[in-house]
Amino acid sequence: MADIPALAARLRAALGADAVIDDHTQLRTYECDGLAHYKVTPALAVLAEDTRGVAEVVRACHETGVPFVARGSGTGLSGGALPRADGVLIVTSRMRNIVTMDPANQRAVVQPGVINLDVTRAATPLGYYYAPDPSSQQVCSIGGNLAENSGGAHCLKYGFTANHVTGVEWVAPDGEVIRLGGNAPDPTGYDLLGAIVGSEGTLGIATEVTVRLTRLPESVRTLLAAFGGTDEAGAAVSAIIGAGVVPAAVEMMDALAIEAAEAAVACGYPQGAGAVLIVELDGPAPEVERQFAEVEARCRANGAFEIRIAADDVERALFWKGRKSAFAAVGRISPDYIVQDGVIPRTSLPVVLRRISELSASGGVRVANVFHAGDGNLHPLVLFDDSVPGQAERAEEVSGAILDLCIEHGGSITGEHGVGSDKAKYMPRMFTDDDLDTMQMVRCAFDPHGLSNPGKIFPTPRLCGEVPGRRKGVHPVQEAGLAEAF
Amino acid sequence: MSTTEGLLGRARAAEPADTIAGVAPGQVVSPASTAETAEVLREASARGLTVVARGTGTKQTWGAPPSSVDLVVDTTRMAAVVEHAAGDLIVHAQAGITLAALQETVAPAGQRLALDPLCPGTLGGLIATAGSGPLRYSHGAVRDLLIGITLVRADGVVAKSGGKVVKNVAGYDLGKLLAGSWGSLGVITEATFRLHPLPATSRWVAAPVDGATDADALVQAVVHSQTVPSAVELDRPADDPATLAILVEGTEAGVAARVAALRDLLGGTPEVRDTPPGWWGRPPVGDTLLKLTHEIAGLPRLLDALDTATARHGGRAAVRGSAGVGILHATLPGDAEAVRAVVAELRTASAAWGGDVVVLDGPPEVDPWGPVRGLDLMRRVKDQFDPEHRLAPGRFVGGI
Repeated sequence: MADIPALAARLRAALGADAVIDDHTQLRTYECDGLAHYKVTPALAVLAEDTRGVAEVVRACHETGVPFVARGSGTGLSGGALPRADGVLIVTSRMRNIVTMDPANQRAVVQPGVINLDVTRAATPLGYYYAPDPSSQQVCSIGGNLAENSGGAHCLKYGFTANHVTGVEWVAPDGEVIRLGGNAPDPTGYDLLGAIVGSEGTLGIATEVTVRLTRLPESVRTLLAAFGGTDEAGAAVSAIIGAGVVPAAVEMMDALAIEAAEAAVACGYPQGAGAVLIVELDGPAPEVERQFAEVEARCRANGAFEIRIAADDVERALFWKGRKSAFAAVGRISPDYIVQDGVIPRTSLPVVLRRISELSASGGVRVANVFHAGDGNLHPLVLFDDSVPGQAERAEEVSGAILDLCIEHGGSITGEHGVGSDKAKYMPRMFTDDDLDTMQMVRCAFDPHGLSNPGKIFPTPRLCGEVPGRRKGVHPVQEAGLAEAF
Repeated sequence: MSTTEGLLGRARAAEPADTIAGVAPGQVVSPASTAETAEVLREASARGLTVVARGTGTKQTWGAPPSSVDLVVDTTRMAAVVEHAAGDLIVHAQAGITLAALQETVAPAGQRLALDPLCPGTLGGLIATAGSGPLRYSHGAVRDLLIGITLVRADGVVAKSGGKVVKNVAGYDLGKLLAGSWGSLGVITEATFRLHPLPATSRWVAAPVDGATDADALVQAVVHSQTVPSAVELDRPADDPATLAILVEGTEAGVAARVAALRDLLGGTPEVRDTPPGWWGRPPVGDTLLKLTHEIAGLPRLLDALDTATARHGGRAAVRGSAGVGILHATLPGDAEAVRAVVAELRTASAAWGGDVVVLDGPPEVDPWGPVRGLDLMRRVKDQFDPEHRLAPGRFVGGI
């Protein structure tokens, strides 16, 4: 067992007394992230201010064998920043400098604690923005986005965090600081940056991030279309995509999600809608005009009974308000709920929604559906009342069954929230032991001692140097004297 | 063991045409599936054979020559499209299919894989070399469109990551690691890509460019404009003036308006074409082929440095590439010693334009890769995936 008081003293000496928290009451501030039913109080929390500080902490952890977990704004929904009781939580919320804004190279360099939306705010006067836009973008951090490969409503057209990060300053799990990538594309060698983005904090910690800035579109047009039900709305989405249109975003909400949003933010969606679609197009004005007409026609042809077109940014914001507040809004119609995140091929939408409806009926819990319909990313909200005995368990079962449904249809157990602590147990349903073993070879290369955010993503840690099942004899790594089993 | 031996037993002896970058292989085997590839690699592992995967062989002279090739795994029998889900805009194919054949399969649905590498061969080769072409500007690189991958490890174990949905963050993204790994981490046997709709209209606007400063001014004007090009390509032959050509794709009316905007932006009387210029998407012709990356605004510094360095050896480089992305390809004048000297000079100065200098195809005495950041970590990745260093040994950075 590591000597935590000695570690705290060492880190205080290196980073300053106010950077290290070991008071139990204060530490409880950090016991969970956005997935609040997982709670662990860390042994220590350190508020680092710069790369040197993060590297000091990681090096100290490496030398003493103490696990560490990085945390940005703590908005993650899979327990990716869940602390370790025997470990150090490295908090990046003091690392909030935008280092450079460089429109000539279409890049910005920011510290990991910088809030997602602040990058866009700083870039907008220059004619640019930061494209990935998770719903939590007003509070979530770029470091957290990088760890989770965050998406958002507009990633249908613009891609995910992985497509927008071109460089990092990186503290490897042994405390070494390296730079990967930068403003130019294709840094020579393996695409380590590609391995790092979305690795959920298990390969080290970013202390500076170079992100791509995207030109603000000339024109943005948004419509809200009301349908009798999700089948018609789903058919409209297929027709839009089938017409060769790539919208910036296509979002769907079902009747229950609409009810919740109305109760919470009075977004004024059309009365009696069984489903609404929000479709947004952006780009050069002459293209957007043509394609918008196409989208409107496809919605009408597939049974939209009301179509509203945002006249300006204020109306557009109102359309989005209902959608972006949907998760929290569900709290208005249900005391407790689970936010699920799964992906299916978009064309399976009608059948999967019917199955979800059956699961909801047989499980006796309501399910509200909010999703990124353009890319088949479902966010079913499973509603329950924890004060009613057995409901929480039934909600868990329904939520899990929805993930099985996603896998059955060739999809994924997570589209953007990450695996974290929450879904590690589902990984073997999607991947074979060999798949997981191979992924963990990457982890063994970066973090042979398994100290960087251990217990996340993988249900069973691979001991680096362990002899995998089908091998005979000694693992070649061990044989070559490059690693030892432990 | 008998089945496995059966497969390697079907291997043929290598012929002179099988020579890989000057290295004569022992045998050539052509597995038809992921499972057969796994059997081959298990057998190769048991015998300690060095292995190089090969598709149509269009880029086998690129990179460093392998230090040894006991066995060539020819992937061209794995040429099937496993699934084209047009409604989901994805395609899952075996790695030995050519890019051209894949495009022919998806085109009737009005779709394309938006990758147009300079030297197209098979999908596997495209992934392994992370090739890109003009469309990189609008659609990204191999890593950005690859959503699922199946590989066979050096020990014959089959592993997958990703899947067939575009949005997916379950597990590590091995596809990104494999893209541009030059066959050194595993044999790629299957891949799933995101597709895009074929544009209704495509038009090219080409304008003359007067020197590096002018090239920079025009590129900056275009990339910051609202014309949203699909590609921004520079062509500067060794002896002739340069041209900047911009591809615009979209609806007929939209393209017409954007082309008009580009004409104003570029000034003079740019040429508007319905077909690409003859040089579009092809590497410059010469004995060497360099890949020069740069930050977008570093373009003039790179061009000037290149001209200064080559002038010392009495010539000028032919340069072509995606100036709006920051990837140029160049051929160099002069003999091997001149190439070595120019490359060394460029590498010393490359911080000025923020990029790397890679010799894709060149004389064997020139280090293809140059300095690499994160090399220790890369070696550790290699040691995990291929601890005996039997896959494309010596081909990649740092002797990996």
